[in-house]
Amino acid sequence: MTTSKPRVGLFVTCLVDFFRPTVGFSAVKLLEDAGCEVSVPPAQTCCGQPAYNSGDRAGARALAEQVIALFEGFDHVVIPSGSCAGMIKVHYPNLFSGEPAWQLRAERLASKTHELTSFLVDVLGAAPMLVAWEGTATYHDSCSGLRELGVKAQPRHLLSAVDGLAVREMRDPEACCGFGGAFCVKYDEISNAIVDRKATDVRATGADLLLSGDLGCLLNIAGKLKREGSKVEVRHVAEVLAGMTSGPAIGEGRK
Amino acid sequence: MSGSLTSSSFPKNASAALANPPLLKAIAHIEETLVSGRRRAVDALPEFEALRDAGRDIKAHTLKHIDLYLETFERKVVEAGGFVHWAADAAEANRIILEICQATGAHRVTKGKSMITEEVGLNAFLKENGITPVETDLGEYIIQLRGETPSHIIAPAVHVNKEQVAADFRRAHADLDPTRNLDEPVSLLAEARGVLRERFLSADVGITGANFLVAETGSTVIVTNEGNGDLTQILPKTHIVLASIEKVVPTLEDVATIMRLLARSATGQEMSVYTTFSTGPRRADDPDGPEAFHVVLLDNGRSAMLGSEFEDMLRCIRCGACINHCPVYRSIGGHAYGSVYPGPMGSVLTPSLQGLEKSAHLANASTLCGRCESVCPMRIPLPKMLRHWREKEFERHLTPKKARFGLAAWRFLAARPRLYGVATRLAAWSLARLAGKDGALGQVPLAGGWTRWRDLPAPEGGTFRTEWAKRGRK
Ligand code: SF4
Repeated sequence: MTTSKPRVGLFVTCLVDFFRPTVGFSAVKLLEDAGCEVSVPPAQTCCGQPAYNSGDRAGARALAEQVIALFEGFDHVVIPSGSCAGMIKVHYPNLFSGEPAWQLRAERLASKTHELTSFLVDVLGAAPMLVAWEGTATYHDSCSGLRELGVKAQPRHLLSAVDGLAVREMRDPEACCGFGGAFCVKYDEISNAIVDRKATDVRATGADLLLSGDLGCLLNIAGKLKREGSKVEVRHVAEVLAGMTSGPAIGEGRK
Repeated sequence: MSGSLTSSSFPKNASAALANPPLLKAIAHIEETLVSGRRRAVDALPEFEALRDAGRDIKAHTLKHIDLYLETFERKVVEAGGFVHWAADAAEANRIILEICQATGAHRVTKGKSMITEEVGLNAFLKENGITPVETDLGEYIIQLRGETPSHIIAPAVHVNKEQVAADFRRAHADLDPTRNLDEPVSLLAEARGVLRERFLSADVGITGANFLVAETGSTVIVTNEGNGDLTQILPKTHIVLASIEKVVPTLEDVATIMRLLARSATGQEMSVYTTFSTGPRRADDPDGPEAFHVVLLDNGRSAMLGSEFEDMLRCIRCGACINHCPVYRSIGGHAYGSVYPGPMGSVLTPSLQGLEKSAHLANASTLCGRCESVCPMRIPLPKMLRHWREKEFERHLTPKKARFGLAAWRFLAARPRLYGVATRLAAWSLARLAGKDGALGQVPLAGGWTRWRDLPAPEGGTFRTEWAKRGRK
């Protein structure tokens, strides 16, 4: 059977899978509404970034092979995370240098892998969904999304179509939040100093909603805001764009 | 290297820094001064990005032919009447400099600001050998009075506030009038200048570093904002330049190109206030200048970086932009790193200079946020090289056991999707139950590093893949 719809493989990421399935469902909704046929290969686990950033190249390579084999058959691979998308797009090809066959497969996968908001705007040119959110949001640019993939305007462009939502920028939205994978527990005091500045910047905007495109950053900032007793809601940008905001925000309790 | 290296106690140093409010207040100024200054200067120069490419290419080309350019440089220095000395390591550089000083019967040397002399630990070495080094850059002078090392490569005393400086001057300057007002930076500068002027005149040897070595002319170049470097190299009878080999560039034109990047990236100035070229000793018709001119070329681990995955680091022009934009440096300042060079450039360079074993933590104490690379005028891929060091650490089994074990366990699971599914489902369910209605956890077993400072948002319950499968989707 053939279909003219683009076939998208969704890599949900290990963090979304574990902490926040809502982000995965939001991504599916956004992609399907934009006319894609979405599949979620069930054998997916993690992109290998924790190993890669810990110097365990062989471990990263093994997981990269797994991801390549699972996803290379799709027209596009879409990921609701700048950091995991960056891992595949920028770093996978490096993992196989000196192995032409694997490197070619890694490069092919890299060329069709996209961060979610960038895919919607840059590849599909999708019309934003008709959703509403009453309030003011501020947007944190996650490091890999911003600096490895150039994700900056795309989420803001999509958010500008959300009815009732105003975006108020924080002092330095491009500053790191201090998560850094294992860094946040290995050097927890420093990580805390960094996220403390981020939380202060978020609060200074007076926004009632913090959005970003990476769950790692969001868990970190939400955890800090929550510890400080802040009432700012924290959500992945996909949740707001897809209108899937009826459940509790990140770190928020059930009423 | 100087004796106070403490990179192995980095976490302890960082804790101490984080508990030091005056330090934190002092380094917070980097944002309004250096960071916003750079932003303004870069925004005002449309061709800045193209200049970065040009700067990178000049240095990359030079490094490919560094032997040729260094030989040309040496020949030109000798033609101009100067001397060139080659030092393989810190000890040799110190010995050469001491011999030159002793040959001139020197007792006091003045010094322009130079990180290379910090790298070799020159001040301590000269003192041990009966020669008094006097720092003449205001920042260096301040930390010399305080018995400290620089905490930043271009702003050595950035960790000190003006009240502390005033107190240091009152303590160290014997004939300072106690009623003299030292509340403002200008009055501090005037006080330091007064004291230093006399020292300039009584110095036998002046030692400076170099921002560039120009192969085609045999010139050494320094840029400063205080003019102290000029007095250091013009007034004494002997001028010694200590520079590392990667400072060489082929032509004056290349200096001009890279200089357009340097001050903008460092302080946000279009150019530093003083740019001084030194070519050989004083000639017959020169109005001033030293009688003898020596250049000591230091290797100290650099030639081993050529052709390695760390070669790109040798493009560094020591502007400090990566340091100013580093969230880790901005949290703890420079001393916590326990290395001569702090921040991202220091964490990449230090293991090359002193060995990976002695540089524990440096490559790991980074979020790899990439802001350093995004501002580096020479487009040095700093995060990539930090990761290379982590790989070397892992290969050599220097990674801590606990981290290795955690990584291996996770790797085992992640490579077995079914088992991974069961384990994550169970863990997500347990954490969600533990959190109950709260949505976040204040304490989690094995996650103390996280929950000491922030709550852990609880998982929603089921994993995405189980929920997806429940809906009968593929
Ligand atoms: S690494 Fe780049 S940004 Fe850092 S000091 Fe060197 S040239 Fe400047």
